[in-house]
Amino acid sequence: MKTAFQKSVPGRMATVPGEPTRRAVEMLPPELLRANPPRLPELSELDVVRHFTELSRRNFGVDANFYPLGSCTMKYNPKFTEQVAALPGFTRLHPLMGQLEDAGHHAQGALEVMYELERLLREITGMAAFTLHPMAGAHGELTGAMLIAAYHKSKGRQRTKVICPDSAHGTNPASAALAGFEVVNIESRDGIVDPEALAQALDENVAAVMLTCPNTLGLFEKHLDRIVELTHGVDALLYYDGANLNAILGKMRVGDVGFDVVHLNLHKTFGTPHGGGGPGAGPVGVAKRLEPFLPISRVVKLRDGRFFLDYDYPQSIGYVAPFYGNFGVLLKAYAYILRLGREGLIRVSENAVLAANYLRRRLEDAFEIPYNRVCMHEFVASAVRQAQNGVRALDLAKGLLDRGHHAPTVYFPLIVKECIMIEPTETESKATLDAFVDDLLELAELAQTSPETLATAPHATPVRRLDETKAARSMVLTDDAE
Amino acid sequence: MPYIPHTPDEVRAMLEVIDAPSVEDLFADIPAGMRPRSFDLPKGRSEFEVIRHLESLAARNNTQMASFLGAGFYSHHIPSAVDALSGRGEFYTAYTPYQAEASQGTLQAIFEYQTAICRLMELDAANASVYDGGSALFEAMMMALRQTRRRKLVICESLSPIYRIMLSTYSANLNLDLTTISHAGGLPDFQALENAIDDQTAAIIVQNPNFFGAVLDYQRLFEQAHAKGALAILQVYPVLQSILKTPGEMGADVAVAEGQSLGLPLSFGGPYLGVMACSKGMIRQLPGRIAGRTTDVDGRTGYVLTLQAREQHIRRAKATSNICSNQALCALRAHIHMCLLGPEGLARTAEISMDNARYAAERLLEIPGVALLNDAPFGNEFAVTLPVSAFEVVNRLTAKGFLPGFPLGRYYHGMDNALLVACTEQNSREQIGILAELLRAEIATRNGGAV
Repeated sequence: MKTAFQKSVPGRMATVPGEPTRRAVEMLPPELLRANPPRLPELSELDVVRHFTELSRRNFGVDANFYPLGSCTMKYNPKFTEQVAALPGFTRLHPLMGQLEDAGHHAQGALEVMYELERLLREITGMAAFTLHPMAGAHGELTGAMLIAAYHKSKGRQRTKVICPDSAHGTNPASAALAGFEVVNIESRDGIVDPEALAQALDENVAAVMLTCPNTLGLFEKHLDRIVELTHGVDALLYYDGANLNAILGKMRVGDVGFDVVHLNLHKTFGTPHGGGGPGAGPVGVAKRLEPFLPISRVVKLRDGRFFLDYDYPQSIGYVAPFYGNFGVLLKAYAYILRLGREGLIRVSENAVLAANYLRRRLEDAFEIPYNRVCMHEFVASAVRQAQNGVRALDLAKGLLDRGHHAPTVYFPLIVKECIMIEPTETESKATLDAFVDDLLELAELAQTSPETLATAPHATPVRRLDETKAARSMVLTDDAE
Repeated sequence: MPYIPHTPDEVRAMLEVIDAPSVEDLFADIPAGMRPRSFDLPKGRSEFEVIRHLESLAARNNTQMASFLGAGFYSHHIPSAVDALSGRGEFYTAYTPYQAEASQGTLQAIFEYQTAICRLMELDAANASVYDGGSALFEAMMMALRQTRRRKLVICESLSPIYRIMLSTYSANLNLDLTTISHAGGLPDFQALENAIDDQTAAIIVQNPNFFGAVLDYQRLFEQAHAKGALAILQVYPVLQSILKTPGEMGADVAVAEGQSLGLPLSFGGPYLGVMACSKGMIRQLPGRIAGRTTDVDGRTGYVLTLQAREQHIRRAKATSNICSNQALCALRAHIHMCLLGPEGLARTAEISMDNARYAAERLLEIPGVALLNDAPFGNEFAVTLPVSAFEVVNRLTAKGFLPGFPLGRYYHGMDNALLVACTEQNSREQIGILAELLRAEIATRNGGAV
């Protein structure tokens, strides 16, 4: 399919403003202007509409396909939230209006959304305070790591290490490193964090331990109380990666059980769309002792019911975002929470866990399930048996694409060979789950009888298997590089 | 229950397969002592009720004012096709394109966006986006630190104060030396900047137009930086970049921008778009996702995420950045916007905005006591000094439905009387006329009636 640049016709125009009274050369000296106009596409509006419509048809999306991606929580994105985020009363609001004394008066609706969302998230997680500023999960992790650093600094100590289990999502060590910490990995035992290994790794130089629960294998961290005890025993802080929150809504609150810092992924648990890779939102919740360090501004409610943005927090780490976070995403999560309410959120976790266990039981004969016990919202299968016939997790993934399902997460977490991580979420019907199982069982059968067909999958997608090695070697990153 | 399809019969059927007596049984791993102390959330509401509630909140925001507020974030017209196309479920409900064969729409769109950004900046490579202009600046800074292995940054004070606070927040634990060189009447002090660059400097960081709206040429400064082995990072404004001297022409190594002005609504602070582009020699330092072109087994052209060894899911603690989700849908919108406007549309948008700004400056300068902050050329935004507090003027005029601009004293010490005024193609001459009259009247009142 041609690119927009290849379709460009010189002189063609789509949505351009009327001719300006003066051109650039009449307003600025030539040495400040570019020598040549940018070679952007010159297309008609219909050209553009056709081009992007055709592109969209080359994509899978939750609206059309089942996406059982472990740790991604690809649940249905409710359409009404799009409508709400598009209200002109929100979209046309300049962020600086929240900061100018009286103009804050003109942004009361937006400030209330933020205030209320923080309140709801506090109650959902049991944390003492929130910031909505981080613009993605990894950004929330970085913010959390900076809060942890500020906490220890305020105690006059210089702690340099952060502990992550080997099953942690790559963003955990990456975020800790970006905040200036050295990362120490500990090995899991029987799929979960081993308190003995943790005890060995903990010392007065550890700033924090980063966990997720359930972990990336979908297993509840059975030794959580011991982990909390050990971590707090050296006054290190316990960090919760909220990627898997979909498993525990209304069943456990991370603030209650001893986590000090938490990030949430609104684009996972709270149904905001993934957008092909963002925008997301990664609000961070903290225990009381970390509250002074939260980024500024913070939304405050005055006695007369008005809201304002308070910047007066001398111990704050500063700005992690230019303003208040991905407000348009926050709106969608807020609407989602209001829609579901208390009961709805509890049912989310119940049905997410139910669906995951259902798939696990239906697949356990054909596939190796390394930790075959009751899982939470996701579980891990391994393609080791199929690999003996030369059919790897990657080949199964491509085979699923041919059957109209997006593949589950493959090759993560790193601690399971030929890993396939499956998370159905609570929004998929039993019919969809059964169709997925049937297709995967069929693939397992093919892996036995004619493995070579899977080595060449997919066949039914707009392009077939792509040469990634060539891409990295030839580095064609724009339409001009060849 | 909204969005959960299972009927009681289906739940029973699934429990039978699982061989569990109840759903609650599946949570047996969570001990009683770890159950929620409270879960006091409101009862769920119908779609209609929630929409009504959000509409009432939206109505409490005043977006009807004639606005001259910019400061890095601008209200330009977004063609309707941007919403229509980016609102297609195949784009916005898709995941990150790790399974490339099922994601050619997203991947080709990213590849095209990268191409458009490179052509706008006249640089060699771009990534698929980072969160916003401020994080783009931080990531650019990190690129320079890694490339040069030096620890000092020289930063111009006329770079956005919002972004300078972000840089200092992110740098707090990284043992860096951030040297800020004071502005001189809203302009960079070129001599002081040159003096500050030494053989410990990783990069010089400047912005064009700068925060005060001044349009300048940094080519010589960048040559001086290169002579000392330092890199040049330039932050730009994408709409004006369609006509201004490019980062490539000036010799910048990394260009960053806030992409909000390309098809993203102001939306009270986000989601926005961190644009990054770099020269060939810096490509391996680029953070985030990058789409590359390749072929499939049948020789068809296709696109994949590439150079992934830079990223967190491969390199973990040694990754170039921790970034995972970025702003993919926003980059898509920006690219659609650039396709709809084309080079002529973007240039006209810039020129009309600049023309309006010149008219506004003329009218405001007619008011006694009002002067330009400096006489540098400006784009679509300029700073004036008033004989009264800019904060008070902003307060009084917003009460009358006019947002006259940004009081610079908010971020710059000793500039309480300075106002930053932005115009776009959305401001009419009539509006500008009324703004001038209101300002004149306000100043006269504050001066005790003396005109």
